[in-house]
Amino acid sequence: MSSKTDQKDNSNNNYNIINNDSKTSTAETSATQSPPDSRQLGDIVSKSSSPSSPPPVKTTTTLRTKDSEPPAFEKGIAGEISANFGQMVQIIFIKPLRIKIAVEPPNIVKVATFLRDNLGFDHAESVAGTDYPKDNQIEVIYHLGSYLRDDLAGHVLAIATRTNRDDARLPTLINVYKSVEYHERETFEMLGVYFEGHPRNERFLLPEDWADIPPLRKEFRIKGR
Amino acid sequence: MADLEDRISESQKMGMQILKESDDDRLMTLSVGPQHPGSGHFRFIVKLDGDYIVHCDPDPGYVHRGEEKMTEYRNFIQNIPHLERPVIHDSTNITYSYSLAVEELTGIEVPRRGQFIRAIASELNRQVYTLYWLAIYGIFLGHSTMFMWPTGDRELFIDLLEALTGARVTHAFNIPGGVRNDVPNGFKDRCLRQITYYEKRLKEYEDIFYNNPLVRQRTEGVGILTKEDAIRLGVTGSVLRASGVPYDIRKAEPYDVYNEIDFKVQYMKTADSFARAYVPFLDMRESCHILRQLLDKMPEAGEVRAKLQANPRGPPGEAYRRVESGRGALGYYIISDGTPKPYRVKISVGSFRNMLALPHLLVGAKMGDMPVIYWALNYWPVEADR
Repeated sequence: MSSKTDQKDNSNNNYNIINNDSKTSTAETSATQSPPDSRQLGDIVSKSSSPSSPPPVKTTTTLRTKDSEPPAFEKGIAGEISANFGQMVQIIFIKPLRIKIAVEPPNIVKVATFLRDNLGFDHAESVAGTDYPKDNQIEVIYHLGSYLRDDLAGHVLAIATRTNRDDARLPTLINVYKSVEYHERETFEMLGVYFEGHPRNERFLLPEDWADIPPLRKEFRIKGR
Repeated sequence: MADLEDRISESQKMGMQILKESDDDRLMTLSVGPQHPGSGHFRFIVKLDGDYIVHCDPDPGYVHRGEEKMTEYRNFIQNIPHLERPVIHDSTNITYSYSLAVEELTGIEVPRRGQFIRAIASELNRQVYTLYWLAIYGIFLGHSTMFMWPTGDRELFIDLLEALTGARVTHAFNIPGGVRNDVPNGFKDRCLRQITYYEKRLKEYEDIFYNNPLVRQRTEGVGILTKEDAIRLGVTGSVLRASGVPYDIRKAEPYDVYNEIDFKVQYMKTADSFARAYVPFLDMRESCHILRQLLDKMPEAGEVRAKLQANPRGPPGEAYRRVESGRGALGYYIISDGTPKPYRVKISVGSFRNMLALPHLLVGAKMGDMPVIYWALNYWPVEADR
């Protein structure tokens, strides 16, 4: 695994950004316009989803109706982020207690340091990688939480970044959040994302003699299904 | 001396390897687990300098089952029975946050009575898990009575859950939209009787175990995890609360009916193994308090689950929902692409997060303190591997 990733040099210029369109010129406007999150996310996901379109769902939920008006507190946090980074950070959605932002890989360390030092998100709860073969991308998303700030206790800020699928490399966040150490290691072996600067891009949960592609990539199929 | 070094360099030129006395020769490498009766299905490799641990390297994965991959092949309902396998002793809680996330994605609303039954099952299951954990912690310390008593009392909670769900440990009770069935006749009285008995027993647990001078001597001051380190390492659950951070998902982000329940987050500031062993006990006592309120406030009649369409699905989107399990925050991150099957499911479990504290605490500790530190982390190997 490591030999495969090592032989390629730092050709990092092929990163693509989620929803790289001009309609969200600044993150501030996207926050105030309050786009329905599901539709915007649908732009990302539907590219990679199977062509069978889902039937219209009639049921409504309180969670979804609340989404139409993003709560002020979350909007304030998102506004603070976009005031500092401008176009560098893209606000994907703002829901009650949940914010998702997307950044380019070279900026993620800087943004994460800001989130830790200025906004009080002091630990990472989860690191999840998702494979999007249709876009030829892998998304890695960090869910950050706060233990120290009471008003942020229920909030989860998700910071997502995308890398090219063929040469999946991302800067590690271990120097900002020590708590991502094992999660990033797991993402490395399950999706083949090499975290530059991580001390141990090594096998963790899989068997020692595992000789197949990273199992959470979509082309890996469970036998018989 | 010069002769010796000349000879060494000469031999090295000839390709021979000369072992020199260095620090490495002092160290002994020891593999704890995976067959170790205490470690569970988990191995960690420690290096010992005499009696002291100088290096620790966790090596999980012996019970890795690819739960996250398996979810991508099954629809939202089919996923429930296999998702509770990672921690069958807390199976209601591990499917709880899954159900919450699926409900958020698909827009299903849970009837009020269903929410109460869910919370009751979740609290009962927390007792089952914590009693199981406490029994093993007792036998780790050589306290066989503390192994027998919780094992016996756990059986009573299992009986209650069996009456409620129909299964002893793997309930598959929480489903998106509510719970699978209503409570049986006389459940409330039976539950209250059990809690009354159990609260008496907890007093006895405290006397025989937590106030036992031998237990206190072995656990107090062992394995200090300061508040700063606990936050930096991102630990959760009782490990975090024992380090003086009063953080509980039930309080921080109340789900279902928990915002109507009056309870206190139990925490301690001593940050040692004793605190980590005592906080789950305090949680159990508080959980009795919660159970009484839940039984009291539960509506007398009503639906227990929403009517689902054949293959529940929602618009493309993502959800991240958490509950407080016996081992801390248990989060599900689910991405849906609009089909009945999830596109990606990530399970963020407390055990996996708390594992990071293991090398931190073991390095510098005595080998004899290893079981005390290790099991006080509330670590469940199967859950960490998923």
